Parts: sequence; C-alpha cells; structure tokens
Amino acid sequence: MPSRRRALLLLAALTALALASLVAALLAGSYAVAPGEVWAALTGTGQDTAGAVVSGLRLPRALAAFACGGLLALAGALMQVLLRNPLADPYVLGISGGAAVGALLAMLAGLALALINLFAFAGAFAAMLLVFGLARGDGSWTQTRLLLTGVIVAAGCSAVVALILSVAPEHQLRSMLFWLMGDLSHAGTPWPALLVLALGLAAALPLSRDLNLLARGDLIARTLGVRVRGLRGAVYVLASLLTAVAVTTAGSVGFVGLVVPHLVRLAVGNDQRVLLPAAALAGGSLLVIADTLARTLVAPQQLPVGVLTALLGVPVFLYLLSRQAKGSAP
Amino acid sequence: MSSLLTVRGLAVAVGGRTVVRGLDLELAAGERLAILGRNGAGKTTLLHTLAGLREPAAGRIELCGAELAQTPPRRVAQLRGVLLQQQVDAFPASVLETALIGRHPWLKRWAWESAADARIARAALAAVDLAGFAARDVQTLSGGERQRLAIATLLTQQPRLALLDEPLSHLDLNHQIAALQLLSRTAQETGTALVMVMHDPGLAARYCDRALLVHGDGRVESGSAAAMLTAERLSALYQHPLRMVEADGQRCFLPL
Repeated sequence: MPSRRRALLLLAALTALALASLVAALLAGSYAVAPGEVWAALTGTGQDTAGAVVSGLRLPRALAAFACGGLLALAGALMQVLLRNPLADPYVLGISGGAAVGALLAMLAGLALALINLFAFAGAFAAMLLVFGLARGDGSWTQTRLLLTGVIVAAGCSAVVALILSVAPEHQLRSMLFWLMGDLSHAGTPWPALLVLALGLAAALPLSRDLNLLARGDLIARTLGVRVRGLRGAVYVLASLLTAVAVTTAGSVGFVGLVVPHLVRLAVGNDQRVLLPAAALAGGSLLVIADTLARTLVAPQQLPVGVLTALLGVPVFLYLLSRQAKGSAP
Repeated sequence: MSSLLTVRGLAVAVGGRTVVRGLDLELAAGERLAILGRNGAGKTTLLHTLAGLREPAAGRIELCGAELAQTPPRRVAQLRGVLLQQQVDAFPASVLETALIGRHPWLKRWAWESAADARIARAALAAVDLAGFAARDVQTLSGGERQRLAIATLLTQQPRLALLDEPLSHLDLNHQIAALQLLSRTAQETGTALVMVMHDPGLAARYCDRALLVHGDGRVESGSAAAMLTAERLSALYQHPLRMVEADGQRCFLPL
C-alpha cells in the first residue's frame, strides 16, 4: 500500500526532475546563455539577445514540450485503465489518426499554421465521436468492442494518411513526416496545452480511486459501488481530449503515452492516485529532455522529437523491466 | 427480526429465456442460503440480479428495507458484498492492496486507507490463511490462493449480506472446509447473511440453513436445507439419479 507520505515524496522528486529538465532546456542551445542570464530573462531584467532567446524561444518551446508530454502520459495512463490493457496508448483508439488526416489535409491545401492546428483538432475530435458512436452502438460498451472499433478507425486513418503522402508534392513531404513523427519546432504558445493539462489532472484526480477499481474489471468495480458506465464515458472523453490537444500542439509524438505510465507503474505501483500525477510530471520531463536533445544534438539541424523519445525511452524501459523481473524471481 | 433481503415475484431472464419465475424470498441476519442447479440454469444470473448488477425481468428486490434499484451504488456496496466467479488481474498489485479495495465503499472521495482499514484487511488475510502474502503480487498467486484472496476482500468489505458465486472453486479440500467454517462463523458472529452458489449438496446441507433449487426452466423451489436437499429432489434437479448416505450425522449424496 503506497502511503500518502511516500506518494508525496515521490511527487516532490518528480517535480524537482521536471524543474531540472526545464532549466536544462533553457540553458542548452547553439546560442550560449549563462545561468545568470536565464535568471535575468525569467525575472524580466535580462539583456536583449539572451533575454529574447530564453523567454521568446526556449521557454515557450520547453513549456509546450512539458505540456504535451504530460498530456500524452496522462491520457495513456487513463486509456490503459479504460481498456484494462497494459498495451493501450493514447493513439490506440484512432485519435492521432484522425488528427493526422486533418493536419495533412490542411498542409496539402497549403493552409497557415493556425489552420493546420485547427484541422488537426477537428480530425481528432471527429475520430473520437466516430469511435464513441460506433462502439456504444448497442449500449454494451465492452472493452473489446471499443478497442476493435478504435483500431479499425485508426487503420482507416493511416490508409488516408498514406494516400495523402503519396499524392503530396515533394516539397511538402518533409514537414508532413515531421508532423507524423512529432515535432515541437512549430509549437506556438504553450499556455492552452498547459491549462488543459492542469484541468485534465484536476478532473481525473477525484476519480482516481474509482479508476483503481475499474482497472480490476467492470464487474468488480460495480460490486464495490462504482458507477461504471458514467465513469467509462467520462474517462474516454477526457483521455481523448487530452490526446487531441497534445497532437494538435506537437503532432503525434510516439512512445511517451505508452511507456511513461509503465515506467511510473514499475516505480510506484498501479495506484492511480499516485500514478496519474506522477505520469504527467514524468511524461512532461521526458519530452522536455527529448526535445532539448532533438534541437541540440545535430544543431543547427533539428530532429523530430518523436524519434528521440523512443531512443531515450526504450533502453530505460527495458532496463527497468529486467530489474523488475530479477527482483520478483523467487 | 427484519429481513435483510426481500424478494417478491422475481423473474430473471437470460437472452430472452426466463430462467427464474415468481421467486419470493426473505433472508434474515445470520441466515445461510445455498443456491443449487445445473450448469447454465441461471444461478449466477440470479445472484447478479440479487446483487443489483443486473435488471430483473419482473418483480421487486429490497435490501435492508429499501428498494435495491433506488439505492445509491455506494450505499448498496456498504450493505452487500459479492464474490464473483472469476478474478482476472490485468495489472500487477499487491495482495494487501487487493484486499483493501473492499474498503472502497466506506472511504470518502479524498480519503486514503487508514491504519484501521489496513488492520481489517490484514485480519481478513490471516483468516483465509494468507497472512504471509501481503506483499506478494496477485499475478503470481495460484488459483486457490487467488480465490481465498477474493474471499478476504469480501470480508474486508464487511457487508451485511454476502453473495458468493461458487466460493469453493479452485480450493483444495481443507481450504473448502476452512472457507465454509470461516463464512459460517462470520454469519454467526456478525449477523452477515450468506447466499452461496454451490455445487456440492452435501456441503450445502452441512453449512447452510436453507436451499434454493434453480431448475433452469423458470421453476424454483426453496425451503429449509433439510427439506430441499433430499435424494428425490436433487435427482430431479440434476436429472441424474442420486443416493443419500448418512455418516456421522452428515448427509452425503452419491451420484449413481
């Protein structure tokens, strides 16, 4: 049983990690900025160039990365509970597929960035409504039905994405591929995503003990007094909206939503009261670190951050998994 | 004494087929009722209906004097507990954590399990012979250990009415008797009423006061265990000839 004290200690440690990752993101880059200048820029007393680089470029991008990572990890944790499947991620129900279709159509039409984001969000929302409508057609709402409907809608979306890629002119392909792999260089203002992350956590936390029971099965949750139908609907809508906001901000960054909840689960167990806020903090930190590496490793060229999240996350995850296996052996 | 569970004219249907019709039942504190019937006769469906997990096709169910369908789920969960037929664990969790989910209906939204809750859970684990298992991962338990953990979770819930679907499944012989003795002791000491779906009429005769026979075609018979559990009635129920043997004052039923 994770005691409340241990939970608070862990969350404090993850908050420190998040702050450290943000500071590293502000310091790192091709234009050298001293720690003192970062402080000056943040407090609004900075010099021209350093201040502009830190508060105008690096800070919004780092905050956007944190928000996206947090949103994806939180949505992934919720999806895993909703589908009672450790392999579920925020994209499994076709949300990112819908967003990709919307975004790529907007790019194909040569629309402006704001419209690309709008189309991405509309695509994600349409996919969510489609899956929701089809999956509860006969009111049964089983995990298998929801999962199958989502997987099929996602498959349909990736077919459309492939179609768009094959007819798109050469010069648009690169930006389309970057969108598909996840990229924060066009992230824009981070505040909407941060606000949604805070609201999402605030909405999920009061439900977290109910979610602990939902993770053990619909029927057992109902025997212990959980209103399962309403809860599942709420979790589905919440996880979908979080995912939609994340992909609208940064494209479909892979891996964070699948692996961060698992990493956190290996460290703290499956109590959603700890897992949900811890996943949001850890996911945010991972994406900030990955994005900082993505823009500095081969600077001035930038890598798509989705590639980095996988390259960073896979070894860490495999290490934790093997340690866990050794630990639980008799 | 007022009745914990009152059932009037209950009908239960599965896939358009009525398996229970016109059931009347009253269960008082401390009473133990066995439900017997062939596979697919509707025992589990009936149990789930009594638990409020399923809508009845007709009739009324009252739990502690209040209409079951109108009672808020959390209140229902404080009054009645259910042991489900199967326990499936998709995610790892410790044995103690799993027993503690029984406290869920008693905790306020932001409350965490207290030391008192943990004491209740640990006592329940000790009662089912799982005292040393608190930190074990449920996914590493054997079938019988997992079943005993489910019984401990139900005891941790401390309901006034316990509905148990095949409480003896996966249990070895000594744990079958231990589980029935534990449940009977709980019924006697705390006044918990028990409804148990069972497959061994001999054990039902020994550990239950009353029996409900579910024939699967809508017919149900209920009465005292002594009156219901006879070779004649059980042979008709299972559609297989049975002979009753008495040894040391206990009834046994031998399939012929």
